[in-house]
Amino acid sequence: MIKAILIFNNHGKPRLIRFYQYFAEDMQQQIIRETFHLVSKRDDNVCNFLEGGSLIGGSDYKLIYRHYATLYFVFCVDSSESELGILDLIQVFVETLDKCFENVCELDLIFHMDKVHYILQEVVMGGMVLETNMNEIVAQVDVQNRMEKSEGGLSAAPARAVSAVKNMNLPEIPRNINIGDINIKVPSLSPF
Amino acid sequence: MSDVVEKTLTALPSLLSLDSQPGAGKLSVTSKLGSLIRGITELTSKHEEEKLIKKELAAIKEHVSSPNTTLRQMKEIMVRAIYCEMLGFEASFCYIHAIKLAQQGSMFEKRVGYLAVSLFLREGHDLLLLLVNTVLKDLQSTNLIEVCMALTVVSQIFPKDMIPAVLPLVEDKLTHSKEIIRRKAVLALYKFYLMAPNQVQHIHDKFRRALCDKDPGVMTASLHIYLQMIKESPENYKELAGSFVVILKQVVSGKLPADFSYHSVPAPWLQMQLLRILALLGKEDQRTSEIMYEVLDESLRRAEINHNITYAILYECVKTVYTIHPKSELLEKAAKCIGKFVLSPKINLKYLGLKALTYVVQQDPNLALQHQMTIIECLDHPDPIIKRETLELLYRITNAQNVTVIVEKMLDFLRHSRDEYTVIGLVGKVAELAEKYAPDNSWFVQTMNAVFSLGGDAMQPDITNNFLRLLAEGFDNAEEDRQLRLLAVDSYLSLLGGEAASLPQPFLQIISWVLGEYSYLKVGQDPTDVLARLGALLERHDITTETRCWVLAAMGKLCTTDGALRRAREVAHQYSACLDTALRQQAMELELLGQDAPLRHRVLPHDASCEDLEVDSSLSFLDGFVSEALALGAAPYKPPHQRQEELSQHKALNFEPYGPSLPASLSACSLTDRQSPTAMSLSSGISGNSTEQMQKASSNTLKLDGVKKVWGKEGYLPQKEATEEAPPPVASSAPTPSCQQGGAEHTQLAVSSAGEEEQEKRQLAATLFVGLGSQNSLCLMGKPDAAPKRIWRRQRPDQEALDGGSRPPVSSVDDTLDGLFDDAVPDSALLYSLDGPSVPQSCLDGGGEAAGGSLDAGMEPALALSPGDAPGSLLPPALLALPRSDMEALCSDGTLSVCACKVYQRDALLLALFLSNACDLPLEELSCDVTSEEAKVTDGYTTAASISLLAGRGVAVVLHHLVMELPSSQAVVAVRVSYRPGAGAPTQQAVSLSLSLADFIRPLPVSTEEYGRLWLSFSNDVKQNLRLLADSEDPLAATLAALKDKLRLHIVDIIGAEGIVACQLVPGQPCLLHCHAHGGTLTAWLRSPLPTLPDCLLYHCQKAIEES
Repeated sequence: MIKAILIFNNHGKPRLIRFYQYFAEDMQQQIIRETFHLVSKRDDNVCNFLEGGSLIGGSDYKLIYRHYATLYFVFCVDSSESELGILDLIQVFVETLDKCFENVCELDLIFHMDKVHYILQEVVMGGMVLETNMNEIVAQVDVQNRMEKSEGGLSAAPARAVSAVKNMNLPEIPRNINIGDINIKVPSLSPF
Repeated sequence: MSDVVEKTLTALPSLLSLDSQPGAGKLSVTSKLGSLIRGITELTSKHEEEKLIKKELAAIKEHVSSPNTTLRQMKEIMVRAIYCEMLGFEASFCYIHAIKLAQQGSMFEKRVGYLAVSLFLREGHDLLLLLVNTVLKDLQSTNLIEVCMALTVVSQIFPKDMIPAVLPLVEDKLTHSKEIIRRKAVLALYKFYLMAPNQVQHIHDKFRRALCDKDPGVMTASLHIYLQMIKESPENYKELAGSFVVILKQVVSGKLPADFSYHSVPAPWLQMQLLRILALLGKEDQRTSEIMYEVLDESLRRAEINHNITYAILYECVKTVYTIHPKSELLEKAAKCIGKFVLSPKINLKYLGLKALTYVVQQDPNLALQHQMTIIECLDHPDPIIKRETLELLYRITNAQNVTVIVEKMLDFLRHSRDEYTVIGLVGKVAELAEKYAPDNSWFVQTMNAVFSLGGDAMQPDITNNFLRLLAEGFDNAEEDRQLRLLAVDSYLSLLGGEAASLPQPFLQIISWVLGEYSYLKVGQDPTDVLARLGALLERHDITTETRCWVLAAMGKLCTTDGALRRAREVAHQYSACLDTALRQQAMELELLGQDAPLRHRVLPHDASCEDLEVDSSLSFLDGFVSEALALGAAPYKPPHQRQEELSQHKALNFEPYGPSLPASLSACSLTDRQSPTAMSLSSGISGNSTEQMQKASSNTLKLDGVKKVWGKEGYLPQKEATEEAPPPVASSAPTPSCQQGGAEHTQLAVSSAGEEEQEKRQLAATLFVGLGSQNSLCLMGKPDAAPKRIWRRQRPDQEALDGGSRPPVSSVDDTLDGLFDDAVPDSALLYSLDGPSVPQSCLDGGGEAAGGSLDAGMEPALALSPGDAPGSLLPPALLALPRSDMEALCSDGTLSVCACKVYQRDALLLALFLSNACDLPLEELSCDVTSEEAKVTDGYTTAASISLLAGRGVAVVLHHLVMELPSSQAVVAVRVSYRPGAGAPTQQAVSLSLSLADFIRPLPVSTEEYGRLWLSFSNDVKQNLRLLADSEDPLAATLAALKDKLRLHIVDIIGAEGIVACQLVPGQPCLLHCHAHGGTLTAWLRSPLPTLPDCLLYHCQKAIEES
């Protein structure tokens, strides 16, 4: 079973947090901090598995993570999950995000946190892997979005037009966010 | 115009933030979330961030409470609140609004509402009650998305007690036409199963339908449930093994649509799940394993494409092959696969390879030998995780010959490791190895010193406890004990003298205890000097109060000379005004002991730290004090529950029969009250159950249960010899240290050709893998004592019993026969044998030739025992008066038949096994093992008994006492009987017997008042509606009577529509039942001090009522 899914950036700022097992609020923050601490110390040429540490479950739990450009995707799972299987599940999840957002980057995750959650809900439900087929996940999310769009209806159209106008005299984009290299590169999985 | 635009914008900010356009356009600058995020990213310090978020939260709060906020705005606010919560700031004022949004919003807002609810509220939050109706409505909705959302939220946060409300609706969804709904419903039910298995008991056949669903997705989801259920009781699902094999076969051969492929591997996650299920089913079961050999072979063969995911399947496959009943061809292939993993340049695969090696090394040590050079390289790997995994592997192959090298490697790693968690785990392992295999005393003391100084303050307390226990209890050899203690004293004195490094607190405590207890052993050592060194410790500021207490306690034992006495008095004086009460008490004691030498000798005798102390738990020595106080007019003591009761009586208008839940703190305090007397033995520092903890701690690393049983002598040996004859190249180039001398020669040969570094590694390999050869592979692991050793932990009796090789000797048959008829049954496994002629003919006539005619229908001889009156003549008279079950024939092989009878003793379940010899020839070496995971067989979870000889036509009766310490709805007892017919080879029969919780339930005779008191003090309760037996005049009484009959409950009282019932689970865990009848239902409310007991019992009550 998957116990928690954490996404944070290279500075440890959380971008998406989803716990499937209850931890108190401050405990959650501590887990995020500790996990970031553990994961960020590791080079790119070491293995992608870690033991959970004393906070989350101890030796029965594993942390399985992938690092894409500016983001860490960490899945905390118990001993019944396959390490390599989860590693590829992360890949599936990220590739799905990439499809849904067209070249996903950290900003997408920040501004569309809710959407990312919806996508995640189609992959993992209550800690269990629900769907691993990317097309199926995208299809499910699309069905929901279409509902959303049709409901937005007429009022949505002018809004979009307005936003286009607004974007023309765009005030400066926040300094610390460098859009240039922020894109998460989804590596096509290299064969072993 | 621009005004209008501006207004539109503020009214619809959410749309913008959800609008997904690629590139920079995604930065919806105008949305409030956007500005919040921008604000945060511009900040530099944590403090500023906190200020900003606080401000944001205040704004949100104002917004949500304003009546003018539209749902649409609310949706946007919710996303902002989610963002703040993610950063760790609580936005609890939003929770109720999230629920409102899920309730009132249209689809669009509902989705955000549900998301917010599932992120904000934890399982069992009070506000969830408000969500139930919304969820019910949405589950019934015709809109698929609403149903999906409701199912998701149900599976994520619904607590146990809300399951009944939604269960029927979720069940209905299993037959929904859309497969996505069916799939989600299955997963929601799986979640329910995890939380409350008894509540979904009745839909097992629906699970089966889900397994056969035409959509593979639904089938995949149902495997979650099956994996869990099979994990719990594999024997119930053996017949499904064939189906799982067929499914896997189809998946592997690509019968699924291409949609299910991932990187051209068909449904890899499904394959892994199936392999895991097969492993559970095939474990220790040859017949089931045989079905799956073919498909496993196919899987191993197919997984050839070099992709991450095929390795994932391969790894599961290897694990399955090694878990099920062994087949040599498959094992060979699996071993090759492990080789592929270990030798892979990909670090993830290497890690898994090491894990797999760790898993199999106990069965197949040659595999570790083959890869020894890789293992050595991994020891120096830059990745600490790999290093640690390697050490874990080495830990598994440690024996008396290589222990020094391996421990040295582990300590090396510890010295460079900063991660506290790793350190704690590894330190325990080093300590365990040192205790088990220490080659000599000084090495042991040195190693333990290293362990204590590296372990730091966070070390597991049982390491220190075990060490002290070892020192104190000693071994069989008094001289050796003395030497070990002396060595410890010496090394600690020099450590204290050095004083350079600041040692961790637990180590200081050990040092003070050992010096206090044993420094007298060192001839010529002046206690004053020792005392001075300990005193120097007290001067330091970095030691804790607890350590100070230990030091003072040690001083108490040391003040035997005048100088020491003076110094001790000074210290005592210094601390006698200390604010810390524990320390102050120690100081007072020290002062008193210093003054009164005879008292000191009486209280702290030499070398008696492990003698049993008698603790007067009734505190009778205070009687005088109490009576004096009472005479002076003090109020008599009342236990807390009584006080509570009186308190509630004082309050007027208490309509409840007994108040609802007692505050948790109160029950906790009564608990400590009871425990306090035992806390008095603090100074000895040895806790009684520390070994047990240690075993638990050490066993949580890898689950290898059952490994040994599968791998009998005849299991894998022929194949092992084959590999030895033709070792693969890796093994031949490196020394095969199966025999040390041969290994040494090989090393020298290899040295000449290899480089310097290589040579070092080889030497290391030779030392690390010594003793791993196939000759001694059987005693290789030494896990249950094999290697010769001088230091070992005292074995607990049940551990010995577990070790199949060393059965406790059984006294001669005649002795036991005599002892048996006493009222008290002394032994855990009692047995006696009755010689053929002395058995009353009535119970054996079925076996004799004379009775051949009377028992016509080809009955087995065993049946002669089955009539109800037969056991009567065989059971000890003391047991005849007790209620008992009918005789049940368990198994028979023509020679020996086994029947069982359950006798319901007051404090245990007595399982009587009747072993009857159907032949005329005597049976030799008859022995009978009874094991159970759920129930405890008297004082171990297993017990063995053996009878040297069972005469022809004789009957032996073996009695086992069973109790259930942790409630579970059923307990499976495995019975293994082995014997040797007069001239033949040894034979074995194994059968399992399932006992229900009801077998362990006994009436609890209490009065109504006692019941009320008990009720208040129990904290775990469960409430559920049951059916009332309607077809009688007084349905309540009839239902309770039925329960009483079936479950042996005690009906305390029936008042009007309410009844109270009490029972206990042997050995003495009470459970109370309060029933209220109204309409056709019976509301049952159960309470017990054990958390799972009410749930299990409720299930049996339900069953009992269904059956009546």
